[in-house]
Amino acid sequence: MIGKSDMNPSENKYSVLETNLIHSFETSLQRASGEQKSVREARMLAYETFKKTGLPGRKDEKWRNSKFDQVTDQSFELYSSKPGYTHKVSEIFHCSIHGFTTKVESLLNGWYYTPEEIPLNTMDNGVVVGSIQMAQKQYPEVFEQHFGKIAKHNVHGYSLVNTAFFNDGLFIYVPDNVHVEESVQLIKMVNTIEKLMINSRNLVVLGKNSHLSLMHCDDSINHQASMINTVTEIFIGENASLDLYKLQNINNETFLINSTSVNQQRSSRLKVNVITLNGGAIRNELNVDLQGEGAEADLNGIYLMDRKQQVDNQVFVNHAVPNCNSSELFKGVLDDESSAIFNGFVLVNKDAQKTNAFQRNNNILMTSTAKVDTMPFLEIYADDVKCSHGATIGQLDNDAMFYLMQRGICKRDARLLLMYAFAAEVADKIDIRPLRVSIEDMVKKRLRGELSICEKCVLHCSTPDIPMEFEIDMSKI
Amino acid sequence: MLLNINNLHVSINGKEILKGLNLIVNEGEVHAIMGPNGTGKSTLAAAITGRNGYEITEGEIWFKDELINDMLPNERANKGVFLSFQYPVEIPGVSMTNFMRTALNAKHEFEGLPILTGGEFLKRMEEKKQLVEIQAKLNNRSVNEGFSGGEKKKNEIFQMAMLEPRLAILDETDSGLDIDALKVVAKGVNALRSNNNGFVVITHYQRLLDFIVPDFVHVMYEGRIVKSGGKELALELEEKGYDWLK
Repeated sequence: MIGKSDMNPSENKYSVLETNLIHSFETSLQRASGEQKSVREARMLAYETFKKTGLPGRKDEKWRNSKFDQVTDQSFELYSSKPGYTHKVSEIFHCSIHGFTTKVESLLNGWYYTPEEIPLNTMDNGVVVGSIQMAQKQYPEVFEQHFGKIAKHNVHGYSLVNTAFFNDGLFIYVPDNVHVEESVQLIKMVNTIEKLMINSRNLVVLGKNSHLSLMHCDDSINHQASMINTVTEIFIGENASLDLYKLQNINNETFLINSTSVNQQRSSRLKVNVITLNGGAIRNELNVDLQGEGAEADLNGIYLMDRKQQVDNQVFVNHAVPNCNSSELFKGVLDDESSAIFNGFVLVNKDAQKTNAFQRNNNILMTSTAKVDTMPFLEIYADDVKCSHGATIGQLDNDAMFYLMQRGICKRDARLLLMYAFAAEVADKIDIRPLRVSIEDMVKKRLRGELSICEKCVLHCSTPDIPMEFEIDMSKI
Repeated sequence: MLLNINNLHVSINGKEILKGLNLIVNEGEVHAIMGPNGTGKSTLAAAITGRNGYEITEGEIWFKDELINDMLPNERANKGVFLSFQYPVEIPGVSMTNFMRTALNAKHEFEGLPILTGGEFLKRMEEKKQLVEIQAKLNNRSVNEGFSGGEKKKNEIFQMAMLEPRLAILDETDSGLDIDALKVVAKGVNALRSNNNGFVVITHYQRLLDFIVPDFVHVMYEGRIVKSGGKELALELEEKGYDWLK
């Protein structure tokens, strides 16, 4: 990373956004008074480091092709006051996937959206869900142990800013031996007339032998350009498992960084599916730290972009101990002038013998102006491992096209069948059937061009036969 | 007349493979095309079905009195041209059901026939599966994915049975088949033979022709048909090889 202090004095100037942030830090810190000492210290430290490094730009290897350099010259409102709780979430938000019920939690403009008196829910089974701000006061020991300790790989200016400035976020704690039956769905809503930068912070802790499935939806955004900078820390205890689904269908003006860091203990299992259907510029960071033997991480993603959209998947897997498995499968279809970046880095440390690590990134370019930068990368210091990596960028398989057309199928339908089949390899990995069916349906619609044409509302399709409704009534909040 | 190929010249990347080929296939006839490797047998199949990259530089292909030289592969298919592939393509993620449904719908749309209902379609699938003795459930499997060599070839004949083409080209359908699978495939083909359709059977070996008995046998060499005869010609070739024809 090139730091501000490494630059020539003449160049040592902060960008608009950096200046903006530096001027606001004191106020931001005052607003967050009454926090745990450890959190406060983390904020101070992150801020000091940020002042030295600044925000990343095109000179940084991992941001070389990123459109986020467009953000640094913009000015954002850094704080929006905590919105009042005027309506129940069920009144303003509607997402019906047939046969799939979730416990919906939501953030509005980065704040945990709930009645004032219950910022933190403790359920019968001991599961705690609620505001991270309240949680740090009620569960200081959990914070002491995990906050800021998990997101320690690939730290950059934006994640530092998140630590220094976050106002609120979601906290989930699953006690030992609890299998949470109902999926938790986190909805992020943004409703502002200002151009807002939202720094929200989530912490998810799974005790031993527990299970949780979490759906993280970034698709609930109004049309104001915004910058959403989220850091999520996840701790998966021994023999626990987490299914994490990220669904992204945001407007074309929004910049989104979704940085998720996971610490996995012995024999824990993590399954991630990142489904990116729309968005101006989306950067998904996934840092997985395999810290206990027998841990498994299965990381998958689909991205279907068009127009000038960009998706950037940065995946880092740290094999710290022996006998862990990781697999990465990211597939994308890119149309028009859209672009995708895949940066997969698997680090196999010296002691991590008997590691299995697989990495694959396949892309289909529909036009000559679409672009992919793919960097699957392995760094191996152990000598008894099984690792592979690969990437392809291509067009649809001509042999398959001919085979389909020889059976009488027209070119358009043959293309659709093949594109869908290409994406389905990832969608098939979604275990929850109703969710899989809905996502497959969204993918089909997206490929037929039925989702992308909804300029005004990326959430709601006009076709009557959709099994999935996903709508937020912004007029009520 | 079903198929009438007149003085056909075909090039791949500027290299001429077919050099003035003539062939006439009438309804109810089975034609075998034999010949050594690299003489253009598969190129002929590709040219008739309209595969990209096979450029017709001279000559005509008439199908049911219509010139099809410039038609798209799917247009030819809908008119009744079918190719049983030498190497059936694996298409992961596309289920056999979706594939056949889409294909049959396209055909019905082309012919102005009503689209089959889900029930009718599945009934037809089951019927035709019996014909080629496919026991396995095809419905949820991806096209040819993980199929054995024999299953792939049976699957080609199954698709042929589903689509009921007027002209079927079998490109080395016998390659990679054991004798039992070969018998099953041949039985399927024979069951589909009628006075209404024709077959072009491309093969290296006499063996297949014991089971699918041809009306005519043609020998190809260097992009042309150099000898034609009845089914006894195949036996002669089996005995003497191709050298005496060069």
